[in-house]
Amino acid sequence: MSHRLGVDVGGTFTDLLLIEESSGRTWRAKVPSTPSDSSLGVLAGIDRICGQAGIDADRITNLLHGTTVATNAILEGKGARVGVITTEGFRFLLHTARSHIPGGLGGWIIHPKPEPLAPLELTVEVRERIDRRGEVIVPLDEQHLQEGLAFLRRRGVDAITVALINSYVNDAHERRIQDIVHREMPDVPVSVSSAVLPEMLEYERAQTGVVNSYVRPVVASYLANLEREMTGRDMAAHLHILRSDGGLASTDACRELPVSILMSGPAGGVAGALWIAGQSGHSHLLTLDMGGTSTDVALIEGGAPRLRRETTVGDITVRASSLDVRTVGAGGGSIAHVPEITRALRVGPESAGAEPGPALYGKGGERPTVTDAHAVLGHFPNVVLAGEMQLDMDAATRAVRTVADALGLDLHRAARGILDIANETMFGALRGVSIQQGYDPRDFGLIAFGGAGPMHANALARLMDSWPVIIPPSPGVLCAYGDATTRLRNEASRSVVRRFSDTTDDEVYATMHELADRAAVSLDRENVPRSEQLVAYEMDCRYHGQGLQIPVKIDIDAFRETGLAAIAAAFDDEHEKLFTFRLDGGHEMVNLRAIVQAAAAPVEALRVPRADEPDASEALVGRCRIFSVEPSAEAAVYDRTRLKCGHRLPGPAIVTEMDSTTLILPGHVGEVDHCSSIIISPATGA
Amino acid sequence: MNPVPFQIIEKPFSRRPVEVDPITVDIIENALLNARREMDYVVFRSAMSTVIREQRDAYPLITDREGRKVVGQFGSPIAGFTRGYQGTVEDGDVFLTSDPYECQGAISHCNDWLVVKPIYFEGHLVGWSGIFGHVMDIGGRVPGSVPINANQYYEEGIIIPPTKVYRRGEMQTDVVNLIMHNSRASNSNRADLTALVAAAQLAARRVVEICERFGLETYVATCDLLLARNRKAISQLIDTSIPEGKTYYFEDYVCDDGCGMGPYKIACSMVKRGKKLYFDFDGTDPQSQGSINFIFNYEMFKMFVGAYLIKLYDPQIVFNAGYYELIEVNIPPGCLLNPIKPAALSCRTGTLQRTFDVLIGLLGQCTPGLMTAAGYSQSPYLYYSGYDDDGEWFTLFYSGFGGVPGRPIGDGHDGYTLLPSFFNLPTEFAESYAPVRIEQYTIVPDTGGPGLHRGGNGNHLVFYFEQPGTVSIHDSRWLTRPWGANGGLAAERSRKFMERADGTRELLPAMKDMVPVNPGDRLHFITWGGGGWGDPLERDPAIVALEVDRGLVTRDGARRYGVVLDADGGVDEEATRELRDTMRRERSEPGLFHYGDTIENILDRCESETGLPPPNPPDFEDRRLLAKNPVIAD
Repeated sequence: MSHRLGVDVGGTFTDLLLIEESSGRTWRAKVPSTPSDSSLGVLAGIDRICGQAGIDADRITNLLHGTTVATNAILEGKGARVGVITTEGFRFLLHTARSHIPGGLGGWIIHPKPEPLAPLELTVEVRERIDRRGEVIVPLDEQHLQEGLAFLRRRGVDAITVALINSYVNDAHERRIQDIVHREMPDVPVSVSSAVLPEMLEYERAQTGVVNSYVRPVVASYLANLEREMTGRDMAAHLHILRSDGGLASTDACRELPVSILMSGPAGGVAGALWIAGQSGHSHLLTLDMGGTSTDVALIEGGAPRLRRETTVGDITVRASSLDVRTVGAGGGSIAHVPEITRALRVGPESAGAEPGPALYGKGGERPTVTDAHAVLGHFPNVVLAGEMQLDMDAATRAVRTVADALGLDLHRAARGILDIANETMFGALRGVSIQQGYDPRDFGLIAFGGAGPMHANALARLMDSWPVIIPPSPGVLCAYGDATTRLRNEASRSVVRRFSDTTDDEVYATMHELADRAAVSLDRENVPRSEQLVAYEMDCRYHGQGLQIPVKIDIDAFRETGLAAIAAAFDDEHEKLFTFRLDGGHEMVNLRAIVQAAAAPVEALRVPRADEPDASEALVGRCRIFSVEPSAEAAVYDRTRLKCGHRLPGPAIVTEMDSTTLILPGHVGEVDHCSSIIISPATGA
Repeated sequence: MNPVPFQIIEKPFSRRPVEVDPITVDIIENALLNARREMDYVVFRSAMSTVIREQRDAYPLITDREGRKVVGQFGSPIAGFTRGYQGTVEDGDVFLTSDPYECQGAISHCNDWLVVKPIYFEGHLVGWSGIFGHVMDIGGRVPGSVPINANQYYEEGIIIPPTKVYRRGEMQTDVVNLIMHNSRASNSNRADLTALVAAAQLAARRVVEICERFGLETYVATCDLLLARNRKAISQLIDTSIPEGKTYYFEDYVCDDGCGMGPYKIACSMVKRGKKLYFDFDGTDPQSQGSINFIFNYEMFKMFVGAYLIKLYDPQIVFNAGYYELIEVNIPPGCLLNPIKPAALSCRTGTLQRTFDVLIGLLGQCTPGLMTAAGYSQSPYLYYSGYDDDGEWFTLFYSGFGGVPGRPIGDGHDGYTLLPSFFNLPTEFAESYAPVRIEQYTIVPDTGGPGLHRGGNGNHLVFYFEQPGTVSIHDSRWLTRPWGANGGLAAERSRKFMERADGTRELLPAMKDMVPVNPGDRLHFITWGGGGWGDPLERDPAIVALEVDRGLVTRDGARRYGVVLDADGGVDEEATRELRDTMRRERSEPGLFHYGDTIENILDRCESETGLPPPNPPDFEDRRLLAKNPVIAD
């Protein structure tokens, strides 16, 4: 029997999910994360979950891992000391960045001056220059380079990034420098901008190269620790890391290109949603991952999550593909307040965090949070939670009352207001991934997870008119599901800026194949035969004169027949979807890309037994009064572990489980499907 | 044909009082802000004009029925527009104008194309959406259409009066073709107009969705409430932050007009009486015979005031037109900020941006602790045009950057700008777009004014030209310095020179059109820094030493902070203490502002310090003539 283990390391908890491949049987575990060395938490979790399943750790064949180790290095400023080598005349490239100050008129008054990740004093110039055609204007001055290297050696650096002007057209100088650095400073890892991102735009390419260097030693030592401990436990499992784009990569690939795993965490949630929804037969979905301080949303179309060509962590943006996940500062712990001057009700972005947490948790929190508003409205029936955690209803009421008094509203109206505003913020993010990208949210269902997602999903679906709502089993550990069920992936790209009229179908076809070969190498190394590798192609396009790039998918077989003309038409459609208009002609390609994936893992969700009748009385554990509707109503309270396939849960109803609570509103009905997901839709005739 | 009177075609609408709860108001406000962001998204991403795309020179707006701005970032054009337009307004119409004199300066030069769309819900007018963007070229005397030497705006390219480009949803193709025909960049302009119209229509659609969701009456009532809420907030800011009855005064200069005259003084006084703030620009120099005139739209001025008050005192406030009645403005006709038609307007950018400095100096005096110094308040255009290898016409538009001033929160940025949301043009993009090579893109140490918080440094760019063509330069602060504040010192000025292929050097003025260039010529484009903030002798010597190591301050420059470095670049503590003591003893008490020198001395030393002759005082005679006898009747 082989087992797959998904491990998601979050800020507070490390979630684990063990799947027995043959049966689909699962075990879950939640252990505290160990930020100083997260491999400790992972290993503690492995011991725990193997104990639960009664297996030895060596039975795990695949360990699939979503990690925030790279993200945290950036957020906490604990990355490497990075030296940069750049073209003479461009030492300030990263210091000046794109000269952009956000915040509108007067934004500069309060915008903090950014510090580049690679310190300016560790940036050296080298005499060389290549022009836009790739011709060498000034040959590489190796003597000058030696002086720069001597300087960096004297100052001491952990990693080096080489980023030269126009290296996207000709990387000869960057390669030569890489060789020399390898020879002269063999212990220092070198990231070369044209290898990390062979695309035009010097700042973005250099920044991506620097971030790669910045997180490289941290990621390398984390992986080394993990692998060493695994070996110590006689584990022979293949270790793979989830990339920001939702694919898996080998540990070697991660060590080379750690910039590709910055969004590993959120990608796990989307991958998990994709998998469980697929098992339930849904492929058009908006995802809603609502945690304590923030909410991540994404769009899945036809079973494929939407990607974007950049990754943002804090203030840092790099050109590395990631799932298009939008984050807004609204979560269960978001604090509601009423500013003196405007008397408007504001919710978040400030959060009560884990400490002190919402007032309801009785750990000293006094300011009203979204969770407290839920409590006031009766969404936490004491009947079930008693014993699990002490809830301080009085504290929650006191906290929400401060907002009610400031607004001159009654307690329940104020609590509903807090939820409405939080919902509106999430609604804005959901619009961002749907309407603003040209998608009609009515064509999508909404899958909600994270601790707080199932509480808001029904209300949000009503705002978006996105049905059905899907509440997956164990919504609190869905990320680990994602880690356990996704597949190997790699991509290769290159900038080829050329108008369609200046190139040929054959030329594009040849480049595509070359890129596919390059991308396939990492899967070859994993012993995935070429016959099982799926290759997809993309071209970033625009109308000549524009600065944007829109990726257009290319069906390589159809391309032999229809060529660039079909790509132009597809681009026109996409442009119209995004910007509501199209132009006549002038198409230009910017980048070409090949994406190689292995076949999906054959993991199936556990089927729950079928109920004899739709009535779910056997799972009913009580009733409580909720005030989220006017007039207030009595809601049935169900225990999720006792629900069976086919059970119908007419709203108002509350479904409780260990790590989450689901709210079904009046006029809606939840139905339990064969994978134990709760599917909520408007009640017919309501 | 008799002119048709202005008429809005709609179903009769009577405003009825509706109760709207505060939470609905918040939700509608958020929805409108989202709509505004969507407008930005469409235009900034899809535009072809690099001015729109990299400089973010496009501004959206959504107004209420009466044309009062509810969200957005420029003065509402609706009042001026409804006064100027002759004809009907109907559902599905979209209007285009580029004539600043026809919309009370809501746009201020003809390169800005303003699209306005009435928003209808169930046959009722519920508001207007508008957006304008700076298009690449509108014909006229020079590529880019911002001629320095124009005397009348008729020389600056095509002028579009308020014109229906969509009539009841249908594009007026002949009119659009006529407009596009008058440009060196008709393809780019056509794409940009399409994007602007798309954004205005998108905003209209969002407003209609809000009306569907909440009901017409709730929406209309909410717009009123949003305006009232904002009025109340700003009223409190004015109450608490600005003392009653005290008159504040500030002046600053536009160095010259590129036609031999300058510096032009911008003078403004401010006083609070009762609930209101009164601004008076009396004392501002007369309008120029060149093209640096700037129609300072009153609403835009009020918006600037509001934006600064908010950023200084409470950045959380969302601002709209609600507070406009709390601010009264007087700008005398015929002055640089209220020119009389048909004065040329194309190069008004430097003038507009100098008003930011004046505003900071004025409001800053009320609470010096919160004020900033003056900094890089300019978008110096550089145009390079000619024919490339393939014989195709090109115009590269390139924008310069400089030093953000020292601020209460810290140092100014090096090589940035005060103007909102700009991006620089990537070197690789510029080189792939035009036959130019950027050989150097560096920061010039010591150009930012010393202070407890250092002013940002300016840039030194070197452009190497590969093809014959012409270059036009628009910059400022070559004569007067960006001032320092609260003990911080003034920053360094800008410089430009051409290094010809044969090695000879030519000094260039800050404003100059059509300088011929040949392959191998190099243009050195050196911009100015930001003023320092606070006493430089209080700056942590360790930071000064670090900045010397980074090449942002020189060893000599460190002495202006009273910091002496040892041979290894470390702080020489004792020498530093001594130097600082001496400097404190010898200097006069630092004032609130540091200009570097008086305007008289600056003019006296102009030639010796800058190598360029001083400009002549602005001519008052012609202004009077112009005011009495407008050359061309309205």
